[in-house]
This record gives sequence, structure tokens and C-alpha cells, in this order.
Amino acid sequence: MRYVLNRFGFLVLSIWAALTINFVLPRLMPGNPAQVMIVRYKGQLTPVALHALELQFGVTHAPLWQQYLQYLSHLLHGNLGLSLTYYPVPVSQVIAQSLPWTLGLVGIATIISMVIGTAVGIYLAWNHGRFWDNVLSTVAMFTAALPYFWLALLLLYVLAYVYHWFPLAHAYSTGLTPQWRLPFILNVVRHAMLPALTIVVSSIGGWMIGMRNNMIQTLGEDYMTFAEARGIRRWRLMFQYAARNAILPSLTSFAMSLGFVVGGALLTEMVFSYPGVGLQLMVAVQNEDYPLMQGLFLIIALAVLIANFIVEMFYGRLDPRTRQGEGGAYS
Amino acid sequence: MINRQEALGKDEAAVTPRPPNRARFLVLVSFFKNKKSAIGFVIFSLFAIMAIFSPWIRPYNPSATEFLPLQPPSWHHLLGTTASGQDVFSQLVVGSRVSLGIGVGAGVLATVLAILMGMVPAYLGGRTDAIFNTITNIMLVIPGLPLLIVITAYIHQSGTWSLIFVLGLTGWAWGARVLRSQTLTYVRRDFVVAAKLAGASHWYIVMHEILPNMLSLVVANLMFGTLGALLATASLQFLGLGNPDAMSWGTMLFWAENGEALLNGAWWWIVAPGAAVALVGASMALMNFGVDELSNPRLRQALQYSKAMAKAQASGAGRKRA
Repeated sequence: MRYVLNRFGFLVLSIWAALTINFVLPRLMPGNPAQVMIVRYKGQLTPVALHALELQFGVTHAPLWQQYLQYLSHLLHGNLGLSLTYYPVPVSQVIAQSLPWTLGLVGIATIISMVIGTAVGIYLAWNHGRFWDNVLSTVAMFTAALPYFWLALLLLYVLAYVYHWFPLAHAYSTGLTPQWRLPFILNVVRHAMLPALTIVVSSIGGWMIGMRNNMIQTLGEDYMTFAEARGIRRWRLMFQYAARNAILPSLTSFAMSLGFVVGGALLTEMVFSYPGVGLQLMVAVQNEDYPLMQGLFLIIALAVLIANFIVEMFYGRLDPRTRQGEGGAYS
Repeated sequence: MINRQEALGKDEAAVTPRPPNRARFLVLVSFFKNKKSAIGFVIFSLFAIMAIFSPWIRPYNPSATEFLPLQPPSWHHLLGTTASGQDVFSQLVVGSRVSLGIGVGAGVLATVLAILMGMVPAYLGGRTDAIFNTITNIMLVIPGLPLLIVITAYIHQSGTWSLIFVLGLTGWAWGARVLRSQTLTYVRRDFVVAAKLAGASHWYIVMHEILPNMLSLVVANLMFGTLGALLATASLQFLGLGNPDAMSWGTMLFWAENGEALLNGAWWWIVAPGAAVALVGASMALMNFGVDELSNPRLRQALQYSKAMAKAQASGAGRKRA
């Protein structure tokens, strides 16, 4: 119980930190970016909306603590302000529209990447030091050093522009209206394949190496030698004894990366103009739409923090050692 | 005695906390004898030389728009020309200065912060450690790239120094956590206790007794910090969040994307700067392999990988997905 309370306290603390960063940043920056934004949108917005913006970004003479309390109470009511790019659509609505695309694309790609990467990692650890282990470990090292938006650009060029195997951009063909019909769904799947491929290629190395290294550690444990000496069959040894114990850290990162899914593969979405959270963040940045930007950052941060909390709860169940002291050594 | 044995397994240097010059020299020799780290060092040196001597290496003025636009690579233009007729190779040479500068600068800053926020509190222990550990954990879970994008969007076309500053300030947490847990294993060792009894100051003990034992971790941290900063800068500049007029690899990609390089079939304009980033990144990873094999004797015999490496890999993947 103490463990749960402890972790819950950390969740609250980190959410508070994220909220406060969001509040402090625009007020801290030199040249008052909010003022620039408000001047820019003057004339396009109603006086009421302008006043709301001034309150939200601290272009008032109200004392700071008052602004801070107001900011927190607005958030508690789920009020993230109005988007300036899509004025007068509320920020929460913009987020709600882009979230499903991101969850679908990045979520599925993350699952594929984790499953294949971990399976290959098990194989590599079992055969470590052999040909494929050396080759794939080196390849994984290089893919970890690649700027992955660049990889996305290259794949886009070769597979979509030169060979026309995939469409160039967007989530579905322009002219179609979203509906639950087979032709439309096939169209969406076709558009999602290339972005998903780039996400898988750029992240699979991490899963592979992570699983491989952990499993090599467990392979060296005494109980493995003992089990081998008892003559337990190879498959059982490989999966029930080694992989099952080695997969814990991978599960943690998997749950964590499910939290990161909400943040989208920011750059992938931008390269492919995929209408998810990442693209909206880019739109917000380009239009100096600070309310939208703040709202997106909050949602992304919240998703990660809550995922982290859930992981720690499960982890306490799966591995009793973490409940006693530091969980740090296992992450 | 048992402690010593463990130390031997983890870190050769731990037996002699401050190796004499000769031992240091031997460590350097084996760094270059290792094939991976030698290759990494050569690649990195080539790019460093390119950055330092860029005004003499570049064949043309990188911003001069005097050539035929969108020329494929040839003897006159090793890496072709841009849509506005600039020489890509000259841009690459000149851009290496800003890109490497930001990468290394932010890597150094992040490492220094990691030492201050991770090692020092771990040594002091108690409430200080608890507070700083919580700060580190919060920084770890707040998603990095979105935070970077938000900060740089407020700054408006952040220049070189502000990018170094922002990347350093957001990139120290992972290193701090690794250094902290390693420091905790040293705090009660005999040589630390002895130094304390001899009346050495806290600062002296951390910097002169503990730090030299963890040098390989610090170096690994420096390399991964640099790698992360290099990739993050390239991403930010590609998004137009850097200063688009300062020549760097990221801004080259930004202009290539805006100039619709791919739709014009100008692959060289996109491939060149990205490959440069990837090569420098790979050189960091290669050198890190070498450092790892040096400090961990087990790696040299069996192909076993240390926990630190697994962590570093996982962190690399985590940062990427963020």
C-alpha cells in the first residue's frame, strides 16, 4: 500500500510539474512571445477572445499567483482555450479530432515493432556471437543513430515517388468522406502502410537489442544452467525459463511507449502530412497558435505520465523486488 | 577484499582509483587497438577537421546562388546543387560547424549537469538525494521532443547558443540517473571512507575519488548525449525551429523539404546532410562500444553486454520514440 501511495504521489507531483512548465514557459521567454501572438491576431478575433488570451498568457497586470490559480481552474474544467488556427474551434475539439489517427497509426506500428523486435531479440540472444547476431546488432546500432525523419523522407522518395507503391501523403485520398465502409478502410490502410513502416524500421532496433541484452543476462543465471542440466527441452528452456524472465524490462518500455503513442511519431506525421497529433503540433508552431500548442503538450505529457504510473502499478505486481526499494535498477 | 574483486569485474580503474600516467597511456592504446572505437574515432575526426577548417575546405561560397539549379552530383559539384543553385558540398562543409558545435556543446552541458544532479546528491545522500532524485525522475518522464518543440517555438528561430542551452537543460536526466545509481555503489567503499577520514572535502571526494572510477560511464554519457543532441537539433532545424539562415545540416534538410527536393527528384540534396548526421551518430555509437569493451573485461572475452549498455540502448530508443 505504501508503494501505491508513493507512486501516486509521484504521479501527482509530475503532473503538477508538467502543468507548471506549461504555465511558466511563455512568461519566462525573452521578448514575450504571447504579446507578439496577440498583436498578430488583433483584428481577427473578437475583443472577448483577445481578453481571454491575455489572461491565459499573462499579458495582464494581474499578480502572477492569481494568473496561476486561474490557469489551474481553467484546466480543471477542461478548458484549454480556443485554437487560433481553427478559430473559433476549442483546442480540446482539435485534439479529439486528431487523436484517433495518431492512436491508430502509431499504436499499431508500436505493437508490430515490439512483437517482431522482441522475437528477433530472443533468437539473437539464444544464438549470440553467431552470424546473425553480429550483423543485426551492428545494423541496429546504425539505425539508432539515424535521424528518422530522414529515413522517412528517403522511403517516401523511393517507395512512393519513384515506384508509386504507396500514396505520397495524408491519411486517405482527398475526395473521400470518412465512413465505416470497406473501400474507405482499405484506402486508410494503404495510406498508413508507409508511415507505419518508417516507425517500425526506426524503433525495432531498440526492442531487439533491449531483449537480446536482457536475455543474455538471464541465460547466464544459475537456474538456467540447472534447468539445462535437468534435461529440460530446448523450447521450454528458451521461452518458459529465459525469455519469460528477460521480458520484464521490455514490457515496461512497451507500456511506456504506449504512453508516447499519444505524442505520435511527431516527425513521421509531419513528413507524411498524416492528420494526427504531431501534425497539429507542427501547425500550431507554424501559426504561433500557442493555446493549441500548450493543449497538445499537456495531452502528450499526461498520456506519458499516466502510462508510467500504470506500468509501475503492474510492475509492483510482476516483480515484488521493486516494491521494497528502488525501481531504478530495472528500468 | 570482496569489494575489490567486484570492482575489478565492473571497472578496471577501480583498483587504482587514480591510474598513473602509464596506465592512462595503456588505456588510450587499447582504445585505438579496438577496431570499433578506432573506426568511430577516425570518422569523427574527419568531420571535426572538416568543421574546424571549413573556410579552407569549401570549394564555393555556400550561399552563392550562381550555379545551375538542381544539378546532380558531378566533378564540379561533388554533391550537386540546390534548387536555388547553391553548392551542396560547400553547404555540408560549412554546416558541419554549427551541427557538430551544437551536438558536442549540448552533450558536454548535459554531462556536466548529469554529474551535478546525479553524482553529487547521491554522494551527499539523505534528503538532498531524495529531492534531486525526484527532480531527475520528473525530467525523465516528461516527453522530450514535444517539450523541445514548445520551448523553441517560444524562442522564435533559436540561434546556436540557445539550442545548446535548451538541449543541455532537457537532456541531462537519463545520465543523472545512471551516474546516481553507480555512485551509490561507491559511497560506502573503503577508499571513499578513507578519504573522508583523512579530511578531504566533499567536492574533492566526488571529483577526485569517485569520478575517475566512473570515467567510462561519464564518457558513454557524453557520447550518447552528443548523439541525442545531434539528432534533436537536426529534427528541430528540419522543422524550421532553428535559425534557417544559419547554415547547418538540419537547416539544409529544412530548405530541401521546402524546396520540394524529392518532388524534383533531387535526392542528393536530402541524402547528403542526413547521411552526415547518421555518420557522426554512428561514430559516437562505435566509440562508445570501444569504451564499453575497455571498461568491462567480460565484454572482451564472451560477447556479454553490460547493463549500462542495455540501459543506454533503451534510452536511445525511448528518446527516439518520444
